[in-house]
Parts: sequence; structure tokens; C-alpha cells
Amino acid sequence: MADVAIERPGGEPETTTGLPSTKLAMWLFLASECLLFGALITTYVLYRGRSDVGPYPADVFDIAYTSVSSFVLLASSLTMVLALSAAQKRDMGRMRLWLLATAMLGLTFVGGQVYEFTTFYHEGLGISTNLFGTTFYVLTGFHGVHVTVGVMMLLSLVGMSMADRLPDEPAFPVEMIGLYWHFVDIVWIVIFTIVYLIPTGVAPK
Amino acid sequence: MDEMHDRGETAGLGASTSHSAHDTHPSPKEYVRIGVILAVLTGLEVTTYYVKVRTSILIPTLFVLAFVKFVLVVMWFMHLRFDDRRYARFFVMGVALAFTLFLIVLISFRTFLG
Repeated sequence: MADVAIERPGGEPETTTGLPSTKLAMWLFLASECLLFGALITTYVLYRGRSDVGPYPADVFDIAYTSVSSFVLLASSLTMVLALSAAQKRDMGRMRLWLLATAMLGLTFVGGQVYEFTTFYHEGLGISTNLFGTTFYVLTGFHGVHVTVGVMMLLSLVGMSMADRLPDEPAFPVEMIGLYWHFVDIVWIVIFTIVYLIPTGVAPK
Repeated sequence: MDEMHDRGETAGLGASTSHSAHDTHPSPKEYVRIGVILAVLTGLEVTTYYVKVRTSILIPTLFVLAFVKFVLVVMWFMHLRFDDRRYARFFVMGVALAFTLFLIVLISFRTFLG
């Protein structure tokens, strides 16, 4: 093995795998996150339709409202890749613009979720009201926390860029945070289908 | 599009990294095209809620739509289509384990039998 560490353009040292450790670690982290959300989604499905008392999903869900939230999160994935594309071209102004747009869309989604939770609570669905309430709030709440963490990372990236503290190849950190952000999006794709569309679509009101 | 994204450049080679993959990443126009497809698929999903469809058709349709959206985001926005295949192996391992957990638990509790 060479004694001298060779540095890659993004500031990442040469590795025996030939892959940047940060990126490999991010993919491993996302693989472990699959298990976390897999367990939460499994628990939701396991207890679906087993609540003894209401409110039930059909009583509280507003599919039109949640659909708009889904479109917002989807749009944020698009703005995220546009930020990456700008970073690869070293167009820092446009990169910051798209990153801010992504963060704003993420905040809109989280704000929508807070409003949804508040509405459900006022309609009588607390976290300990029934099995539906417990599994629903834990699953979607964990997702919301992930979106919030993503927004914080995006805003930190914008701040670092403005302070000129990004590495020589700014696309690398943008790509890493982008991977996390898109993961949050794909988790929502599954949640939206399983939690919102299937039970309300199947169970007649 | 394929001529722009030669997988051979980045797949399975030790020297290939995210840095070399940058050259093969999609253009903004392609990203927008994928975004539009995702929006249309989401629109179709939402439509199933308002249109009366038999359960035996509805559930597989929703799963197929969600699966296509999932794959589009992972392959294009997360660049697994263009990056080293080892990243994909790690991620598929996580997804497969999660899906196995899902099946084992639900079969154990006979959820599929109602």
C-alpha cells in the first residue's frame, strides 16, 4: 500500500475501494434508514384497521391537501438536482438559489404536516387515541423530522457557500446532501401510497 | 440519451468515483423531464382515489406507480444509473432487508389473511 495519501479533487483521500468514503458511508446510512422506515411502515400496516375506536383514517384524511404536499416534496427533489447541476458547473449563485428553493419547499412540506397534525388532533386523533393514531403519528412524524434535518443541512450548505467555506469541488457536499434529500422523497412516495391512498381508496366511506 | 450516459465509464471500476461520474450525470433538461414524469405519475395516483376502481385492480396499480416513481428517483436523481454499481448493491441490500422484514412480520401475524 502507498504510504502517501493521494487526494481526490473533492478533498476526499484515495481509498482501497476506489470509492470516496463519505459517499460509501452515505449509501450505507441510507441502507440502514431503509430498515428504520421499513419497520415503521410494517408496524403501520400490521395495525391498520385494528383500531377499536375512532377517528379512523377515512374520518380525518384530506387526500387533496396531502396530494399538494406530495407535489411540493417532489418539486423539491427536482430543485435539489438542479442545485447539483449548477454546483458541477461552479455556478455558485444559481446553486445557492436552487438550494434555498429546495429548503423552502421542504419547509412548506413540514409546515403542511404540522397543520395536518394539528387538524387531526382537533378532530380527536391523538397519539394515544387508538392504534391508527399511534402508528400514523410515529411513522409520519419520523419522516417529518428527517425532512427538518434535511432543511437544516441545506441551509447550512448555503451558509457555508456564502462564507466561501465549501471545498474546491462544491458539487461533492451538494451531492451528499442531495442523496439524503432524495431518500426522504422516496420514503414519502411509499408512505403516501400505503398510508394515504390504499386505506382510503379501499375502505368505502 | 444512452450515448450521453455510458455506464461502462463508471460501473464496477475501482478508479471510478462520483467525481468521474459528474461528467455523465443528466443535464438540467433531463432532470426536468424526469420531474414532469414523476408529477404525472403522482397525478395518476391521486386520480385513483377519486375514480371508483375495483380493489383487485387499485392496489396493484398503486404499487406499480409507486415502484416506478421510486426507481426513477433512485436511478436518475440519486444517480445510481450512472454511479459505481457497489453503491447500488449496498442500497438494494437495505431495501431487500426492509422488504423481507415487512413480509416476515405480516405473514407471521397473518395480516394478508385478514
